[in-house]
Amino acid sequence: MKTAAEQAPAPRSGTAGIPPGPARAHDVVLQVKDLAVDIRTHRGTVRAVNSVAFEARAGETLALLGESGCGKSMTAKALAGIMDPVCDLAEGQIILNGTDLAVLTPKERLKFAGPELGIVFQDALTALNPVYTVGTQLGEAFRIHRRLNAKQAKAEAIDLMKRVGIPEPESRINSYPHQFSGGMRQRILIAMAVALNPRLLIADEPTTALDVTVQAQIMQLLRKLREEGQMAVVLITHDLAVVAEEADSVAVMYAGNVVESGPVSEVFSDPRHPYTKGLLESVPAHLERGAQLKSIAGSPPELHDIPSGCVYQSRCPLVQDICRAERPALRPVGPPVAQSDIQPETQPRPARAAACHFSEELNNV
Amino acid sequence: MSEPLLKINGLSKTFHVAKSASGNTQLRALDGISLTVGSGETLGLVGESGCGKSTLARTLMMLETPDEGTVSFEGTNPFGLRGKELLNWRRRVQMVFQDPFASLNARMSAGDIVSEPWATHRSLYPSSKEREARVRELLHMVGLRPSDARKSPQEFSGGQRQRLGIARALALNPDVIILDEPVSALDLSVQAQVLNLLNDLQKELGVSYIFISHDLTVVRHVADRVAVMYLGRIIETGATEEVFDHPRHPYTAALMSASPKLDVSGVKRDRIVLKGELPSPLDPPSGCRFRTRCWKAQDICAKEAPEPQVLAAADGTRHVAECHFPLDGIKGLAGAAASAR
Repeated sequence: MKTAAEQAPAPRSGTAGIPPGPARAHDVVLQVKDLAVDIRTHRGTVRAVNSVAFEARAGETLALLGESGCGKSMTAKALAGIMDPVCDLAEGQIILNGTDLAVLTPKERLKFAGPELGIVFQDALTALNPVYTVGTQLGEAFRIHRRLNAKQAKAEAIDLMKRVGIPEPESRINSYPHQFSGGMRQRILIAMAVALNPRLLIADEPTTALDVTVQAQIMQLLRKLREEGQMAVVLITHDLAVVAEEADSVAVMYAGNVVESGPVSEVFSDPRHPYTKGLLESVPAHLERGAQLKSIAGSPPELHDIPSGCVYQSRCPLVQDICRAERPALRPVGPPVAQSDIQPETQPRPARAAACHFSEELNNV
Repeated sequence: MSEPLLKINGLSKTFHVAKSASGNTQLRALDGISLTVGSGETLGLVGESGCGKSTLARTLMMLETPDEGTVSFEGTNPFGLRGKELLNWRRRVQMVFQDPFASLNARMSAGDIVSEPWATHRSLYPSSKEREARVRELLHMVGLRPSDARKSPQEFSGGQRQRLGIARALALNPDVIILDEPVSALDLSVQAQVLNLLNDLQKELGVSYIFISHDLTVVRHVADRVAVMYLGRIIETGATEEVFDHPRHPYTAALMSASPKLDVSGVKRDRIVLKGELPSPLDPPSGCRFRTRCWKAQDICAKEAPEPQVLAAADGTRHVAECHFPLDGIKGLAGAAASAR
């Protein structure tokens, strides 16, 4: 079997989309454009994800950051094509390695699940099937996509368990999910997702249910696998510290919309959306103990009554009449002047963007 | 500090469970816990799941009876109290739970939830007029509107529900509130609101908190002192800054190091990634309980359980760690990470 590195290198991606072929570091693997997801509820149709756009690059991690109900998991499910039956992909393109997944039929998409795209869920115990051994579940991808027989699939499954650091794989391959600890179950889930060396790995809150020392182990494993396979990783999380440590770029979501995106170091050190700024200030770090935390007043809007103007207007300290009248689009914001003078753009990197009428004035507040 | 409000000495609790793999039926959830909580102080209790934090909280609430050890609350042992004295003790120690959705009865109004404790403690606010006024006052104290008393829990957001849980805990004017992961179910922006509220209430009322959390950033912000638990034992205690910046027990250092930090300066920090996972509390390792994951472990660690050692703290506060080979406090966390490599 040829690995990605042995195959002929792909032509450099031009302006006309992304060519198929193995990914090289920093190549754009996934492009999401104007993604919108509707949910049909008994109170009418609501838009849970609205004009979401971002890019994920090979060998890099993109974080989708947001609080509960902001649409980040819904976006992940839309990317993977595993939405609930009451949800519809209303608009947009999901271009994975040159193919728009949004226009494919469910049957056509199945071919992509595994070889092109893998997903890791938050709760490993519900994501694994309790009545099959982990060996059966790990070997499934090889039996279906590579048409291996049971014996060959078992050998591949043992290899996979070694890759993700499960001790004594030969004896543990016949165990059932409940016989593993939480951290080991998460490793099995990750092994299933990376079994066929996908170009894109979606990790939906992969460590939220785990203790902090185990979380560090799992994050270390994800970094290792990302480097080995030059995967693009989309990491979905609500934890700003995890984003700061693990991700190269970030898209901040609020009420179904991406409100700010760009390289993590720039977005976190110089936020251009009041929501990003408010979130960063809510973290109780670098503060005198017991000092008053700056919190964001109020709570996010219900999906049923998202205001017509800016989605953040009800909680924003900068709100003006224009914010109530007109929803700001996600548009490019320049890097801070001082930095752009010193650092010429030598390598491709995601541009910064923010959806705020007053993103330029934010620093003066 | 003057005489502490709450003093726990050698508290142990063993549960009897179905046979484990090794044939052991005894689960020692608490193993010789000693702690103090001062008046108006916040004690942070940290540790991973299964370390005994919640059993300790339940024992302090008298929901479990300890097998050994003593609890002394202003000099009296609550487990020896009966009748009215016991009722009064129960009034003085209250609890706020983690899940604001599961801990409020959906069939009761917010006002009924807050005033329910007075059904048991009748003498506190005997007339219905007093009770109504006090409900309004409590709702106001936690940042809710007095008119919210008629609403039912499901009409509130997660943060508002947690405020309601805090109002219920305050209803009996307690001296100690046990906060079991009070903000871990809340979103970040709402979490900050609730932490601010807890801080304001403590300043106003002088109440002591036992703050149980796995989120070290939050504990660092709220706690005066910290106790770190591992498999039923307290392995390190000290002033918050001391324990966070100069951990002496390898487990504390690993815990601090593993916790992600919001730092985008680009400076790579040395990280301690522990091997393996928490051993089963049914079959804890011999000697030091942390030795199976510890990079400093020697033969003695398997043979002898380390005794608590009082160590010199830089700022003169009391710093205690249970380790045969405590880390160098002066080198701090970076030094600990270097020794782990």
